[in-house]
Amino acid sequence: MRRRLLPLVALAGLIALSLSLGAASFGDDAGWLLMVSRLPRTAAALLAGAGLALAGVVVQQVVQNRLVEPSLTGAPEAAMLGLLAVTLLAPGLAVAGKMLIAATAALAGMAGYLALAARLPREDPMLLPIVGMVYGGILGAAGVWGAWATDLMQYLGAWRLGEFSGVMMGRYEWLWAIAALAALLYVIADRITLLGLGEAQARSLGLDYAQTRALGLVVVSVITALVLVTVGAFPFVGLVAPNLVARWRGDNLRANLPLIALGGGGLLLAADVIGRLIRYPFEIPAATVVAVFGAGVFLWLLHAAPGRRHG
Amino acid sequence: MIEISDLSYAVGQTPILHGITTTLERGGITALIGPNGAGKSTLLHCLAGLERPASGRVRIDGLDPFTAPHRQRARAVALLQQSPALVSRLKVRELVGFGRWPHHQGRPGPEDRAQIDRALTAFALTELQDRALDTLSGGQRQRAFIAMTYAQDTPWMLLDEPLNALDPRHARDLMARLHGLSRDGARSIVIVLHDINAAAGWADHIVAMKDGRILAQDHSAALLTPEVLRDLYDTPFELLQHKGRPVVVAR
Repeated sequence: MRRRLLPLVALAGLIALSLSLGAASFGDDAGWLLMVSRLPRTAAALLAGAGLALAGVVVQQVVQNRLVEPSLTGAPEAAMLGLLAVTLLAPGLAVAGKMLIAATAALAGMAGYLALAARLPREDPMLLPIVGMVYGGILGAAGVWGAWATDLMQYLGAWRLGEFSGVMMGRYEWLWAIAALAALLYVIADRITLLGLGEAQARSLGLDYAQTRALGLVVVSVITALVLVTVGAFPFVGLVAPNLVARWRGDNLRANLPLIALGGGGLLLAADVIGRLIRYPFEIPAATVVAVFGAGVFLWLLHAAPGRRHG
Repeated sequence: MIEISDLSYAVGQTPILHGITTTLERGGITALIGPNGAGKSTLLHCLAGLERPASGRVRIDGLDPFTAPHRQRARAVALLQQSPALVSRLKVRELVGFGRWPHHQGRPGPEDRAQIDRALTAFALTELQDRALDTLSGGQRQRAFIAMTYAQDTPWMLLDEPLNALDPRHARDLMARLHGLSRDGARSIVIVLHDINAAAGWADHIVAMKDGRILAQDHSAALLTPEVLRDLYDTPFELLQHKGRPVVVAR
């Protein structure tokens, strides 16, 4: 029981810390400060982290590879290309329209990655993430070129390096859509677990594989777009949270999805809190903090083979 | 009864199956034997409705596995894939539980749990039920997947090389268990085997495949003459007798 409560206690501590930290100090207008700035910032980090972690586990089940996550499938880079196009061609488009274009572009980017992945041999688990990195790099380079040529580098910079300092009431509420998507994923958790058994086995068990995979990827694209447009891109969250939970609790998503969401939210909030503390009162972007930490965990995942105890 | 008539299958321009026609009776074990690349796995995938044939038809107790609704098909026929490559951290009981998915679609009832318990008992996995799959040996993992296929509780079980990774004792136990299951007619089993003597010892119907065609088939092990085996595998065999059973040895 104590082991189950521990993550919740840690998360509560993080939330309290996040609410009390900032350049402004609490005075007579403490309630207003909380409502307008601190609570939105805390909620945004939790929601974005939860969404990225859930998107990560869905992608991992689809490609049957634990070392892949949405930012290793070209999804954020493709979404940035879509956003650049919108900024150039229809700068006045409502936020919902931008989200839709970004999500569609992310979906197209992932479709391209999956088409590549289908041609790769599966024996070497490192191949899929490496190809994803290269593929995302090419799309990202196209984005940089486009932004450079059109003088939009500033936009691109904001998308590429996610952080929460600009989050306040009225500017992050789209992220609450992630809560609805998380509920949808929980409803279809068994189907997502079945995807991870591979196409033949999943279909033999009566799963509509193509439909389930499409639904999962649409959810991943929408989450990618929501997070990117609102607070920017964050690497590694989709990799670290699902892997840590899988090592601890296994792969049954019906039981573990809530924990993966909490883990991702906690991870991103912790990164934001650390970023606010290191050079107080200045800030380091949460994406930078999470990249340093995430890269470390990624290396550990590569080297620590799963505990094998052959019977 | 599985009826297969004039079934052909091709990948791009490469034909894999050529006009397969045969009937597999309900009850008993049908063994598919033949060299690597003969089309045995492809035939199983066609029977399970996972591959769409170029021409011809398949009926599983009257059901067309390609057009039947997914769930209905998954309650008529279960496929165990050849050596599942997956490294999952599902627990054994969770994996076997997914065999019940076509029946409950996410809301298991007492009947589902009872069936999972029966499957765990039948394949000697009760002790291992809380272990994660990636902590098991290859043979234990193979048994867990077979138990999942069993828990699916379909009249037809299609098993692609289930003896892979099993030691002699567990291979014999598995064949004996499958033989028992198929005696009362409740389960009909189609199994791809590379162990010809296992086919000779346990199968009720042996189908020998080569180059996407049925080379020979019979309802007794008398099929397994040195001549047939030589044509099948392109290598000479000797036929011995041991306690009234034929034993074949590659020379």
